[in-house]
Amino acid sequence: MTSLPPAHMLTDLNIKNVSVSYDGNTIIQGVDFRLLAGQIGCLLGPSGCGKSTLLRAIAGFEMISTGSIELDGKPLSKPELMVNPEQRNIGMVFQDVALFPHLTISENIEFGIQSWSKSERKERTRHLLELVGLSGFETRYPQSLSGGQQQRIALARAIAPKPKLLLMDEPFSGLDAKLREELVPDVRAILLAEKMSAILVSHDQMEAFAMADQIAVMSEGQIHQLATAYQIYHKPATRLVASFIGHGDLLPSKVCGPTCVISDLGEIKGKTEHGFKADQEIDLLIRPDDILHDDDSEFTGEIVSKWFRGSHFLYRVRLASGKVVYCFASSHHDHSIGQSIGLSVHLDHLVLFPRDA
Amino acid sequence: MMVNLAKKMTLLRPNWLMLISVAVALLLSLPVMVILTNVATGQANVWQHLIDTVLADYISSSLILMLGVGLGSLLLGVPTAWLTSVCRFPGHKWLAWALLLPLAVPAYIIAYTYTGLLDFAGPVQSLIRETTGLSYGEYWFFEVRSITGAIVMLSLVLYPYVYLMSRAAFLEQSANTLEVSRSLGYSHTKSFFKLALPLARPAIVAGVTLALMETLADYGTVKYFGVTSFTTGIMRTFNGFGDAAAASQLASVLLLFVTCLILMERYSRRRISYHASGIRKASNRKIELNKKQGIIAFCVCFLPVFLGFIVPAIQLLYWAAFSAESIDASFIKLAWNSLYLAALAAIIAVVLALILAYASRLNKRKAVQASVTVAGLGYALPGTIIAIGIIIPFAWLDHQIIAWVKETFEVRLGLVLSGTLFALLFAYTVRFMAVSLGSIQAGLGKITPSLDAAGRSLGYKPLDVLRKIHIPLMKSSVLTALLIVFVDVLKELPATLILRPFNFNTLAVRAFELASDERLADAAPASLMIVLVGLAPVILLSRSIGSGPAH
Repeated sequence: MTSLPPAHMLTDLNIKNVSVSYDGNTIIQGVDFRLLAGQIGCLLGPSGCGKSTLLRAIAGFEMISTGSIELDGKPLSKPELMVNPEQRNIGMVFQDVALFPHLTISENIEFGIQSWSKSERKERTRHLLELVGLSGFETRYPQSLSGGQQQRIALARAIAPKPKLLLMDEPFSGLDAKLREELVPDVRAILLAEKMSAILVSHDQMEAFAMADQIAVMSEGQIHQLATAYQIYHKPATRLVASFIGHGDLLPSKVCGPTCVISDLGEIKGKTEHGFKADQEIDLLIRPDDILHDDDSEFTGEIVSKWFRGSHFLYRVRLASGKVVYCFASSHHDHSIGQSIGLSVHLDHLVLFPRDA
Repeated sequence: MMVNLAKKMTLLRPNWLMLISVAVALLLSLPVMVILTNVATGQANVWQHLIDTVLADYISSSLILMLGVGLGSLLLGVPTAWLTSVCRFPGHKWLAWALLLPLAVPAYIIAYTYTGLLDFAGPVQSLIRETTGLSYGEYWFFEVRSITGAIVMLSLVLYPYVYLMSRAAFLEQSANTLEVSRSLGYSHTKSFFKLALPLARPAIVAGVTLALMETLADYGTVKYFGVTSFTTGIMRTFNGFGDAAAASQLASVLLLFVTCLILMERYSRRRISYHASGIRKASNRKIELNKKQGIIAFCVCFLPVFLGFIVPAIQLLYWAAFSAESIDASFIKLAWNSLYLAALAAIIAVVLALILAYASRLNKRKAVQASVTVAGLGYALPGTIIAIGIIIPFAWLDHQIIAWVKETFEVRLGLVLSGTLFALLFAYTVRFMAVSLGSIQAGLGKITPSLDAAGRSLGYKPLDVLRKIHIPLMKSSVLTALLIVFVDVLKELPATLILRPFNFNTLAVRAFELASDERLADAAPASLMIVLVGLAPVILLSRSIGSGPAH
């Protein structure tokens, strides 16, 4: 036990058909999730969607009622079996930081590596404090640190024992926006330096985009989509993902060919076949950057509101049918509210949802 | 290592906790239940007799006492709280904590100390006679041992409740609130009456209800001053006539008064959190008083400390040093009795509080939460009610046990429960559970669930989490709880008088008995010891209010 653990072993987390329920209420239902070695995953969703519960189930603080959680092929949780949290070798960073108030910074960091030799502990603490940029804080107490500093120490404490997997529950939610922007790339760099797989829970998509390789969008105890940030933004699998991620509108349309649909803004053609039947009523996902201001277009809309964004204008325009959509315009196209402007659609990949859904 | 039992464990553990906490709550509510069932089953003629004879008298004198002490503690508590929290004048810093000192003096002790000072043979009247040459009856002097005297004595030691609560409220009022009012053209005085006082009102009311609960619970002062009240009435009915039914009927009427006070206190506490919303930053800027105002402010704040602590303390010291019998083996025995009894009660109350607090942390079921509330209700109950509520069932049980043992083993057995230390410790636990529970829960509240989870995820087993995280973090709350219960038990009088075993004396009982026998000076050493020990929690309290708002 006294020697340093072997150099980082690749970790593979496999969650199969996991459900969690309390007193007959199902919090999580039949979730599948897989995180490959060295990746950072994110459970993204509105509050109450079950993401924290899933994280706590992985950590071993919640029992599961169906399925299994496996780490490197070894089962951690099954309905009839539960490895204790302290035996899982999974680190955790808590939303409220949870540093021990009666211990100094170095005592906090060394808390999980008491079985190491003293010199190894000192060396590990020194290394981690340097990594999180807080060398010299060894003898201070947590209360004397700022929020961002406490968060860094909490991270250092969690990764000190070199866990196979690090879990982070909304680790940046208590921090202000500026601090968070500084901290996110730092944390990602630290995790990469430690070659550690990690899962964070977040309700903030910008945080998820900045941190995660794989994002699981959750709602009402289920995972709606597990994909990269690019994919969940541009190819959302469900209406819910489409509305939760980024800005966008659903434009009522009708299928007019194997690759095209017709809407208020005319015929829109994609590059690939969409697979819907001819004349089927469907909804087309339109992102703000999909509609551009175009004086030559035959389709117009009336400006309802506008935001000047420096490099461009973002307009909200009402189409002939009454549907309101976003529209981008370069920053010298300054129109006033109430004016009609020409609009053209620039879309390569059509994201369509059947109407009845 | 895998734990297959984990699921069963999590299902079992909360149920055990629930059973234990419900059992503790039921046990602690036994005295009140006994009193209430006695009301329901009591005989109508006893009731009628009480109404015909003493009830009106008890009610009116209790009301007068409450009115007087309410007014007195307001007059002493609120102005001093406002002056020390908002104004700057000579001595405002040390007066802020010195104003708490009278809390260390039990009412019965201050009562007989002033009697010694002010009655015919006391130094004050002697001085009057010497200087004027008049003799007894030729000059007017007020009677200390009267209901007015009792009101003054009780106010002098109970105003700190009002002081503490209103000071916390004044400190929480932001400087901005008062500055806005100044900028709208209100003077300091007007701001006080229009703004500061109404904002602090719920806190002041809560403080007054606490003082009134103590007034209703008081036995020593009213007994010594010969004032008829519920507590003296209960004691007389019970001890004098041995009529448990009548005593518990009286106790139930007193219980009604207490219930009103509890409801009033709960209501005001809810209002406090409502009023305190907004900016909570306490003001550092204080109003500078000029020289004349400063002297007045100093006098207003010094008077309660002088009369409520300094005068009785000096008188007790004088008696103890010059007049009392020397301290002998019997006094040491007395002190030892008191100390170990108080220590034992403190340990029991704290252990039970720990169990209840952990139960309510781990198990959110209504039954557990309700148990914790019920267990904490005893703080409002006068010691007489608790004692009567304990001795009735214990005496009955004893009779059953003795009869059974006699029949089966043909052995005559003494009292098993009543008249033993067990009954006494039980009463103390009921009375002071809330005190230890409050301190323990506040301490546990600071250990968030994620601290436990952090410990577990860093490789520690539950017991190690307890050892490495909980115990070091809970240490100071546990010590505080032990200290406060210890001191409260040391001061307790009426329940001890009723329940103590034959020939078993404590400092409080002995001091009261000696004083009742007019051996005031001989009572001083015991009283002085009670006051000195009582200073410990006051010092603790003063530290917490010294720099900022009290919580």
